[in-house]
Amino acid sequence: MGSASDTLPATKRYRILGHPTDLAGHVATLGPVPLPASSLRVWREGFVSALEASGLPGRGGAGFPAAIKLAVAHSAGGRGVVVVNGMESEPASDKDKLLLLRSPHLVLDGAQLLAAASGARNVTVCVPLDRDHVATAVSTAIAERAGTRHAPVPETLARPPSRFIAGEESALAAWLDSGASLPAFRPDKGMPLRIGRQSALVHNAETLAHVAMIARTGSDAFRAHGLIEDPGTCLVTISGAVENPGVVEVDRGTPLIDIVQRATPHQAPQALLVGGYGGAWVGPEHFATPYASLSLRAAGSSAGVGIVVVLGPDACGLMESARIAHYLAGQSAGQCGPCVYGLPAVADDVARLAQGRVDVTLMARLDRRLQEVDGRGACRHPDGAVQLVRSALRVFAADVRVHAAGAPCAHADRPTQLRFPTLPLTGGA
Amino acid sequence: MIRVVIDPVACDAYGFCAELLPEAITLDEWGYPIVDGTPLPPELVEVARRAARDCPRRAITLRERKARG
Amino acid sequence: MNSTALWYATRASGLTALVLLTLTMVLGMTTSTRARARNWPGFAQQEMHRRISILSVVFLGIHVLTSVMDTFVNISWAAVVIPFTSKYSGFWVGVGAVALDLMIAVFVTSLLRERMRPATWRAVHWLAYLSWPVALAHTFGMGTDAGEGWVIVLGVLCGLAVLAALGWRLYAASRQASARTAHASVPGMPPKHIQLGGRTKVRSRHG
Repeated sequence: MGSASDTLPATKRYRILGHPTDLAGHVATLGPVPLPASSLRVWREGFVSALEASGLPGRGGAGFPAAIKLAVAHSAGGRGVVVVNGMESEPASDKDKLLLLRSPHLVLDGAQLLAAASGARNVTVCVPLDRDHVATAVSTAIAERAGTRHAPVPETLARPPSRFIAGEESALAAWLDSGASLPAFRPDKGMPLRIGRQSALVHNAETLAHVAMIARTGSDAFRAHGLIEDPGTCLVTISGAVENPGVVEVDRGTPLIDIVQRATPHQAPQALLVGGYGGAWVGPEHFATPYASLSLRAAGSSAGVGIVVVLGPDACGLMESARIAHYLAGQSAGQCGPCVYGLPAVADDVARLAQGRVDVTLMARLDRRLQEVDGRGACRHPDGAVQLVRSALRVFAADVRVHAAGAPCAHADRPTQLRFPTLPLTGGA
Repeated sequence: MIRVVIDPVACDAYGFCAELLPEAITLDEWGYPIVDGTPLPPELVEVARRAARDCPRRAITLRERKARG
Repeated sequence: MNSTALWYATRASGLTALVLLTLTMVLGMTTSTRARARNWPGFAQQEMHRRISILSVVFLGIHVLTSVMDTFVNISWAAVVIPFTSKYSGFWVGVGAVALDLMIAVFVTSLLRERMRPATWRAVHWLAYLSWPVALAHTFGMGTDAGEGWVIVLGVLCGLAVLAALGWRLYAASRQASARTAHASVPGMPPKHIQLGGRTKVRSRHG
């Protein structure tokens, strides 16, 4: 796991975690954010080429190249908004909270850099309603920077509702525009998001932290980590049946099991959930898979959001998957029939399977429903649920055979090893 | 190469499109249309335009997709 | 054309327009999403609704034309569209004028549907629910044939048809609201996860 840059002094080594939290310390350690000094055009060319050379993809789950996203927003004309997506709706993820609590200036620097490059007039940081401690840290950081040269563009804080779907980027833009967290149908990905008439450049908090580091250290320092096809470092939240759950910064391409060891699993894992609750399970035969997009896809999973959940041996993978499916079904935005009706139906089938309450039509019906729901929503929410369930049927195939014969497993009634947020019954829209 | 694209947010499962264009659109178990995204045979394009025009929720558009080269 | 012929034409076309309007209403109200049998030709029904509405407007036009041309009673063109200004039987002709105005609004907006926001079109189309009872009231309020047995039967049948369609419409809406597969209970999940019972698809913002 060591890389060439480990021998460099701390200021030159590429990492986004572990820097001072306050503005003075941040600037003392990392230097001021390299915003344009004289010629904007010259600066912009340099910045954009560094971003392109780095190959930085979004770290919010979709992995869309940051340089392309910037180009799309820029071509929509300036005067837009840079939105810091600090929603982190993924229940198993803590990285963005941690970044905003510990390194808010790095994230805000990244937003200011993109604002300068795209001509945006405002930076809006979005932190959900149920995370006041994060919001306080962000407000403090904003106040430290306000009016200084660190914040040429005004920075504001916004508090959208805490629903899962509210973190989806078009839903976030819609909330900022009209107050309703509803994802948009976007058949044409080349079109930028809009808030009113302004274009919106929405980025995950971690992505912005990387932007701010790359602008300081250059793309080579970023690429010195990770793989050629999937460079740099990323943050991974490890949870589940482990002694030391938490967030670690790892090089892309690190084998999954090495990442997991850092959290000290109680026992040898039964399976790993990678990429989010809309990601996919990975079985023991794939534990050595490098943590990178292509390798994970080849192993039937996806990088998605940086999480790994360790499933211990004394748990029922199908029952946990049923719980995830129910959670995701309940989190639908409610706009698209296949998601609104299909996800609860799928969740219901998986629950029946996990409880051994199987009829002869169940497996074929579940298969058909997965096929029909996949890809038929406006956003990727149903796709994630389908991917999760399909991976469960594959990775826990032995359990499927047992349950299909009519027997639930011994672990089906164990408490869940996963995290699920509780919602008020009259949850905000 | 014309393809049928359905806006799932606008669609309210009237099912008229599947009625007019059963060769290209089927309904799932909840009444919502399934299109496979393959190009329409030329003889169906006129009917498809009708379906798009008469969809009560304006959920259907016909899109020109250049063949990937 | 003599006055008597015009008078018969007015009454006949009026009653015909009422029947056609009733049919239009019933066909429109029983088009619904998801609550009808899969093989029901919904599109064909929608087409019938449109075509019969055109027919009803045609007969309505004849009714209006003949009533104005009839010199026996004094109904001016203005009174036809501006309610309650007719010198003859001012009130009930006025009621008819209200029905006519509503139907014109619905008809014209439907012709221009492509050019307006869906929500606007929808809002105006709902006026149809008002035009029908007003038309019915005008028919019987005018009094000309209101005493005839067969006309009363006709009126009652029209009324029953619309009420039945309304009942069906409300039933279909309630079925849609409760269309959700029952969940098997999942142990180990706090119940507050599931946002709401009886999940329905949110009404499209497109109107």
